[in-house]
Amino acid sequence: MRLSEHRYRTVSSLAGSLLFVQNVFEARIGEVVNVLAPDGRSMVGEVLRIEGGTVLVEVYGETSGLDIGHTTVVFTDSVRKAPLSPEIIGRVFNGSFEPIDGAPMFIPEKQEPVNGFPINPAARARPREFIETGYSVIDGLNTLVKGQKLPIFSCAGLPSKEMVAGILTNARLTEGGGKFTVVFAALGLTFHEYSYYMEVLEGMKTGFVAFANMADKPVMERLLAPRFALTAAEYLAFDKGMDVLVIITDMTNYCDALREISTSREELPGRRGYPGYMYSDLASLFERAGRIRGGKGSVTMLPVVTMPEDDITHPIPDLTGYITEGQIVLSRDLHQVNIFPPVDVLPSLSRLMQKGIGAGRTREDHRSISNHLYKYYAAGRDLRRLEAIVGRDAMTKNDILMLDFADAFEREFVNQGLSRRSISETLDTGLDLMKRFSLDTS
Amino acid sequence: MTGKIRGISGPTVHVDLKGLKLFERVYVGRDMLTGEVVRLQEDGAVVQVYESTSGLGVGEPVKGAGMPLTVRLGPGIISGMFDGLQRPLERLRDVMGPFIISGREIYAIDYTAKWLFSPSKKIGDDIAPGEIIGFVQERQFKHFITARNTTSKKLSWIADGEITLGDSFARFEDGEEIMGCFEWPVRIPRPYRRKLPSSGALVTGQRSIDFLFPFARGGTAILPGGFGTGKTVLEQAIAKFADVDIVVYVGCGERGNEMAEMIEEFQTLKDPWSGKQLMERTILVVNTSNMPVAAREASIYTAVTMAEYYRDMGYHVLFLADSISRWAEALREISASLEEMPAEEGYPTYLASRLAGFLERAGVVETMSGAIGSLTMILSVSPPGGDFTEPVAQACLRTGGVFLMLDTSLAHRRHFPAINWFQSYSLYSKKTTLYYNDKVSPEWEKMQLRCREILQKEESLREIAEIIGIEGLQDADRLLMKVAGMVRTDFLSQNSFTEDAFSPPEKTFSIIKGILDFYDSELGKLKEKPSHVE
Repeated sequence: MRLSEHRYRTVSSLAGSLLFVQNVFEARIGEVVNVLAPDGRSMVGEVLRIEGGTVLVEVYGETSGLDIGHTTVVFTDSVRKAPLSPEIIGRVFNGSFEPIDGAPMFIPEKQEPVNGFPINPAARARPREFIETGYSVIDGLNTLVKGQKLPIFSCAGLPSKEMVAGILTNARLTEGGGKFTVVFAALGLTFHEYSYYMEVLEGMKTGFVAFANMADKPVMERLLAPRFALTAAEYLAFDKGMDVLVIITDMTNYCDALREISTSREELPGRRGYPGYMYSDLASLFERAGRIRGGKGSVTMLPVVTMPEDDITHPIPDLTGYITEGQIVLSRDLHQVNIFPPVDVLPSLSRLMQKGIGAGRTREDHRSISNHLYKYYAAGRDLRRLEAIVGRDAMTKNDILMLDFADAFEREFVNQGLSRRSISETLDTGLDLMKRFSLDTS
Repeated sequence: MTGKIRGISGPTVHVDLKGLKLFERVYVGRDMLTGEVVRLQEDGAVVQVYESTSGLGVGEPVKGAGMPLTVRLGPGIISGMFDGLQRPLERLRDVMGPFIISGREIYAIDYTAKWLFSPSKKIGDDIAPGEIIGFVQERQFKHFITARNTTSKKLSWIADGEITLGDSFARFEDGEEIMGCFEWPVRIPRPYRRKLPSSGALVTGQRSIDFLFPFARGGTAILPGGFGTGKTVLEQAIAKFADVDIVVYVGCGERGNEMAEMIEEFQTLKDPWSGKQLMERTILVVNTSNMPVAAREASIYTAVTMAEYYRDMGYHVLFLADSISRWAEALREISASLEEMPAEEGYPTYLASRLAGFLERAGVVETMSGAIGSLTMILSVSPPGGDFTEPVAQACLRTGGVFLMLDTSLAHRRHFPAINWFQSYSLYSKKTTLYYNDKVSPEWEKMQLRCREILQKEESLREIAEIIGIEGLQDADRLLMKVAGMVRTDFLSQNSFTEDAFSPPEKTFSIIKGILDFYDSELGKLKEKPSHVE
């Protein structure tokens, strides 16, 4: 512990968002610094590397206007922390945790480091309680459970925004569940998207904490915003006992920011220029989802990833898929025929679903309905290729039935527009559909 | 011996301490973070820190431990759960709560626990190096206590009955003591008399493995597959049902929830071979993806050293790591922070040799005490984008004995385990087939050949059927397609979440025999009545 702040005017070089400070006494890794520009602006930065008295600082703001000689760097002796209070609920912040909803800043109850600490695997409780999103294709076939991390893999131009908005307003626990809140972090937002989401949040009034990082803000803030969001989520979950659903959109913007910063630090690039540590970095966010044995509260995560070039093997969706417990994959084909949400059931998967469904959690017949729907739909989809070759007339009666089922399944079960379906309605819709086609559901 | 931190960059720390040895353990900073010396320089050393360096400052003290990174070996490891540095996670939770805060050393072994020691030697006996002097009962295992003297010596005293690990178990005439537990450097393989060729099959209870791509005791196997192909589920199924004494499972840079699930299952499920709770034969080493990267690199060494320790008592040990790609990535991160020259995709040039050196720790050995023990290794690989040409998968291919390629398209069709039957192979096939011929049925090998043939034929027929439709095929071919379908869905597919999760070789054999018998009888009918099938 230092007794006073240390101030330096020994900046020796500047490049992009990086600056070197000389002759610094006892700096710490990750220490927060305040950078005071000659024109009086103040910015926050972080210590990245130390070599003797030379310290490399990364600045989280617009560095134009900084100079060598007049710029002051103040070392605070503390790592980056998030201010926390129950009053954050219902508020909208920017990526630096400053309110942008017009109301004044709250008085923090405590401060926690933004990077958090890993949950001891021996202290984790197995996720098994159902969260209802209101979308049949998720609730019925790719069920989300408390403590899970389940990404949405979207493509450019698909209505992931509308889907997120639907989940924001519709997600809830089934009866008897605890207190529920959504933490929403939007990264690299255009103004168009921003105004859309603000409208949605206004409609919700409360039950959310929002962090909005705009596209024109410095990229460092894009890396910070999800960490603030998760620190807030962990606080609400494990200090206040709430069940928190964290929605982060869009992780592709986050990863691009990570690449940009990695390159400016002159680090060795990995695949497609993304840094080699991107897996660990993404894991340091996603793994913060979970439940704690014997404790109340949970952090569930629903990040949105836009697959560049619609390519699921691109490093961003690929590494995400390796960390998360399943994925919801959106399809351009379904969107073309006006199906919303355009979720492709076949590559989608929720790995933690099995323990979260059935009697006492959703409904006794959930597993059987979901397995049958998947099986018949997969069979129908398989036959579409054959249909394209031999034509419908050359197919057997049973094959035609399966083809028709697959079409009806997409139109009636997957497609639900803006309506909300409870889990019961979802399962009944599926069951009725199979009965109508006289399919065996036992 | 103390010095100071001079510079920090990610997990690497420059210190001004002189007189350290390469790979010596170092305590870094006021929080005493564990580190390892990776490079010595004229004016100090470079230390790789195994915990988060966030908040660490220059000028903080550094202390050498005088020994390399070690694990503690002794009774009480089985059914334990450790992090990559062998800190016991359950006790860590009791001490610091649900989150892991860095910089706290807790011994893996409880020195105060009482054990019942049954000596097998008496005063005056000559003890050769590595000889067994007695055992304590650790769950269902006899935990043998071995002497670690370098030359043959006479015992002057030996304990009998209740004892703690802090006590001396025996004493030689020259005063040297034998303790119940000791430390061993993780990067040095444990000694043995000689290595033996791998013998006998390792029954996994997975039909597609036992029948088509059998494992051998003391062998190595690699399981590459993209995400969602069921690597973890398959590894855990093998960990549950494999016919071995002890299982060491490393969750290396993977999901925390998965580990929670596994722990819960292992505490409730029974081992089909001994009838005891699975956790009672399991050691878990867990370094989830958000735990420090450098400790992830060390975790597989920590785990394999514990595995070798039990092998040395004459047990058959199975080592599983999920996933070795995460280990390689940790190696890459460390290499980058040391500013080493990178090779393909940024991995260090020594990736392949490190991996080969690690896989060589598997094998059947004659132990120092003359028993036969084995260590079998199964490693999963997570190739980026499911692309098998990447460096980690390629490095594994050169050393692995069994290659099980997990196929994304099979996984999408919900065919699990998604082992591709055309691309996978087992180099142990010859020897293990003899074993199954002998133990299960002399027809095993014949059935295996026919099964492969059917699957191969189906593949070529499928292409034709896609064009002309299945109705256009000849009757015999349609029958073959039908039988191949049965082989795939009734034999090769196996649901890990039902009763069928474990299939003993006898059951495996009877299913395939049933299918092939059906094929033969239908073929016979076809010959009699050439125009009709069904």
